[in-house]
Amino acid sequence: MTQPDTIPLLGLGWNDLLFLAFAAVMVVAALAVVLQRDIIRAGGAMIIAFAALAGLYVIAGTPVVAGAQVLVYIGAISVLVLFAIMLTQTKAAPRALAFQTQAVPAAIATVILALLIVASVLTTDWPKQVATQVADARSVATTLFGQFTLPFEVVSVLLLAAVVGGVFLAKRERDRGEAD
Amino acid sequence: MLSALNLISQNLNAYLVLSGLLFSIGAFGFLARRNAISMLMSIELMLNAVNLAFVAFGAFVSTADPSHAAQASDIALIVMAAAAAEATVGLAIVIAIYRNRKTPLVDEYDAMKR
Repeated sequence: MTQPDTIPLLGLGWNDLLFLAFAAVMVVAALAVVLQRDIIRAGGAMIIAFAALAGLYVIAGTPVVAGAQVLVYIGAISVLVLFAIMLTQTKAAPRALAFQTQAVPAAIATVILALLIVASVLTTDWPKQVATQVADARSVATTLFGQFTLPFEVVSVLLLAAVVGGVFLAKRERDRGEAD
Repeated sequence: MLSALNLISQNLNAYLVLSGLLFSIGAFGFLARRNAISMLMSIELMLNAVNLAFVAFGAFVSTADPSHAAQASDIALIVMAAAAAEATVGLAIVIAIYRNRKTPLVDEYDAMKR
C-alpha cells in the first residue's frame, strides 16, 4: 500500500470515504425505490441500491457475501422484478396514483420506527472490536459445509419448491398450457 | 475537515443505523405503495437491511469464536437464498392475480370484501 492512511485534505481514511459514499448512494437509491412514481425507474434504483450494498459488504470484510449479492440480487432478483414489471405494466395502471391513501400515516409510523431503531442502537453497549474481522472464502466454506450443513440442504429443498411453485403459479390454468 | 467521521467504516453503530434506515425505508414502501411489485421490492430492501445488520455484527462484535464472521456470512447467504425463493413465488403470485384481475394495484384486489 503506497497510499497514505488518511486522505490529506479530508482527514478521512479511504475506507471511510468509500463507506460514506456507498451509504449515501444506497439511502438515496432506496428512497427512490419507494418514492419514484415510475415503477421501471424504481426498479433501476433498486439495482443501484443493491450494488452500493455490495460495496458496503466488501468494506465490512465479507467479500463472499458481496459476490453473492451481485450474483443473486443484481443478477437474478432484479431481472425477475423487471420482467414482472414489464408483464404487468399497462395503461390501466395509473402512474400518478402510486401511493395508497394511508401514505401519510405510513410515513409517520416509519419515521418513528427509524428513530426507535437508531435510539436503541446508540444506547446499547455492544461488545465492539476495533479491527474488521474478515470472513474469507475458506472460512465461510468451512463453516457453511460443516456447521451449517442442515440449513444449506434445507435451503436447496426450499429453492426447488420455490421453482416448482413459481412455474405452477405463473402457468396458465387451461390445458393448452401443456402444448407449450 | 471531516475528521470526526474518521474510522466510521469500522464503527458497528454506523452499519446498524444504516441498516435501520434501510429497513424503515422498505417498511414505508411496503405500507404506502399501491403496486404489488413495488411492495415486493420494498420487502427486498428490508431483507437487505437485515443482511447488512448480520454482516456488521459478524465483522465488528468481538467474541471468543474465531469463525464468528464466517458464520455471519453463512447466515447472510442463507437469507439471500430464502429471499430469492420469496421473490420467485411472490412475483408468480402477482402475475397469476394480474392475469385474472388485469391490474397490479393491491387496493383493487377486493374480491373478499364484496
